[in-house]
Amino acid sequence: MTRYVIGRLVMAIPVIFGILFITFALARLIPGDPCRAILGEKATDIVCDKFIRDKGLDQPIPVQFGVYLGDIFSGDFGTSLRTKQAVTEIIIERLPQTIELTIAAMLFASLFGIVLGMIAAYWANTKVDVAMMIGANIGVSMPVFWLGLMLAYLFALVLKDTPFWLPPSGRLTPGITLDNLTAVWGISADNGLYPVVTFLSNLTLLNALLTGNWPAFFDAIKHLILPAVALGTIPMSIIARMTRSSLLEVLGLDYIRTARAKGLREAVVIFRHAMANAMLPVVTVIGLSLGSLLSGAVLTETIFGLSGVGRVMYESITARDYGVVQGFVVVIALIYLFANLIVDLSYAVLDPRIRLS
Amino acid sequence: MTAPPPSALKKTLDALVPRGSSLWADTLRNIVHRRSAIVGAAMLFCLIVVAIFAPIIATHDPEKVLLGVEDVTRRMPPCIHLLGCPADQPQHLMGTDGNVRDFFSRMVYGSRLSLQIGFSTVVFAIVVGGLLIGSVAGYAGGWVDNLLMRIMDVILAFPYLLLAIAIVTVLGPGLINALLAIGIISIPIYARVVRSSVLSIKEMDFVLADRSIGVPPARILFRRILPNALTPLIVQGTLGIATAILDAAALSFLGLGAQPPTPEWGLMLSEERNQVFSAPHLVFFPGLAIMITVLSFNLLGDGLRDALDPRLRR
Repeated sequence: MTRYVIGRLVMAIPVIFGILFITFALARLIPGDPCRAILGEKATDIVCDKFIRDKGLDQPIPVQFGVYLGDIFSGDFGTSLRTKQAVTEIIIERLPQTIELTIAAMLFASLFGIVLGMIAAYWANTKVDVAMMIGANIGVSMPVFWLGLMLAYLFALVLKDTPFWLPPSGRLTPGITLDNLTAVWGISADNGLYPVVTFLSNLTLLNALLTGNWPAFFDAIKHLILPAVALGTIPMSIIARMTRSSLLEVLGLDYIRTARAKGLREAVVIFRHAMANAMLPVVTVIGLSLGSLLSGAVLTETIFGLSGVGRVMYESITARDYGVVQGFVVVIALIYLFANLIVDLSYAVLDPRIRLS
Repeated sequence: MTAPPPSALKKTLDALVPRGSSLWADTLRNIVHRRSAIVGAAMLFCLIVVAIFAPIIATHDPEKVLLGVEDVTRRMPPCIHLLGCPADQPQHLMGTDGNVRDFFSRMVYGSRLSLQIGFSTVVFAIVVGGLLIGSVAGYAGGWVDNLLMRIMDVILAFPYLLLAIAIVTVLGPGLINALLAIGIISIPIYARVVRSSVLSIKEMDFVLADRSIGVPPARILFRRILPNALTPLIVQGTLGIATAILDAAALSFLGLGAQPPTPEWGLMLSEERNQVFSAPHLVFFPGLAIMITVLSFNLLGDGLRDALDPRLRR
């Protein structure tokens, strides 16, 4: 087991370097003069010379890569050209929003996906199954941004004045505010924990929960439903299909027949015996869907006016603020990599064959 | 004893020997029995017809601003005379958009772009990823294989759309750059698919026979191994077109893909997205069209996989 874990961790190292190299190379591949691409066409030669010296762009490429690696490992992702803010600061401010959205979407996708998949598998080849699978096929073919807009139209406009009304944008209703955890816990800016607490403070739901601010908590949940459903629909469909096929395969095995033959209740057969073995491929799919969730977050946040990573990326792209885009691409790719690592390690827990091999 | 006439002999032999069937004939027979594949193929056929005959089907020039030409205004709701729209109003099947252009004609022309986007990116990714990287990695093995596949791992380590966004940000917005970005991020999938097929086929007896009589490696790879590795590539390619269309629409939606006034569905949706509460049809139709196109490729791909993969055949 330990060898397996260490092996997987060692294998991740070259991939991390690869990710960092690609993001480094991308910024160097900007066609034309890097100074004028970043500072604008009107930058004078003197300004550009200074810019190139300051950024170390006159150094050999391996030296530049070394400096870049050093910066990244010390948590310095550069500064935004647009707002002059440190990219790390922007990450601490915006990433929590995206994490909340991604987790909410993941919960929605996993919960509904597994339940729908189980229903389809249990009633395989009936009308219920056919309807579910048609639904899953449609779900997987829907553009996230379109679904988001249609949900907003339905729940914010058509269902207005009904109990089903949901807000189409924003994270909290104007007027409802949250206290900053750093202020509540009395942590000053020079404290080493300050960035961590600020990060936690920006997790709206966690903040409301920790400060006991229930109106804000329920308001935040209400604002999170539509984006999470929009973002989670594609993964939900994939998870449902995978659960169905995986469970169908397991239900055909001999040990299930034995379990039924010895008179176990159907619920025990399905939930304890069949699902335990059918979950492995489902866990893989859930892990892999994190990639589409993080990508989809860029689109979903743009639609629902959430100021997370997606929104900041969108704004930075339109302003050609490469530093910020690069910083966020690195952070998200690393999150994705570690999530996949956790999925791989969870196999070892779920499947003794992997643990023992 | 007299010998039977040759025609009679042939008949007897035909009856005794099972008729050989090609992979394609077999596949076609299988596909016909897959309802999802048939539905997918039928939807795709309709889309291709619309794309080919777009100039005939479209009622207006998709880029022509009709303000002052006809009695129309911005974002008019659909007006269909058959469904009771007053005859004195000009007919616009899906209304007009924010720039007073006929929305239906733009939708029709959009199908051309969508199909071109899907096919071109996947062909690019198959040629570069599958036929070059995957086949060479699988056939050469050793450090070449290791190096190429680790590079593929790194590309796969990025959430796919995010890398595309990063690439287009660097190359500059535009449809061609967006397609290039989507093509690049799809390369690893095809490289892996072809590599794994090549790995198993290169150990087969007929390849060994070729090697033993001194057939050059490139000829063995491209003439003997690759044709046998096509099946999973076709399935993956069909499903890949669906993903490519979705991604291209997403990039256009973010302003990184097709640029105005191109009638591209993702871009059309993006242009009107702030009007979702006042003119929902302008958001509804492009999204629906993207969904139908993607769905048709998904259904066809699923059906092809079931038909081509003997392990799934029941």
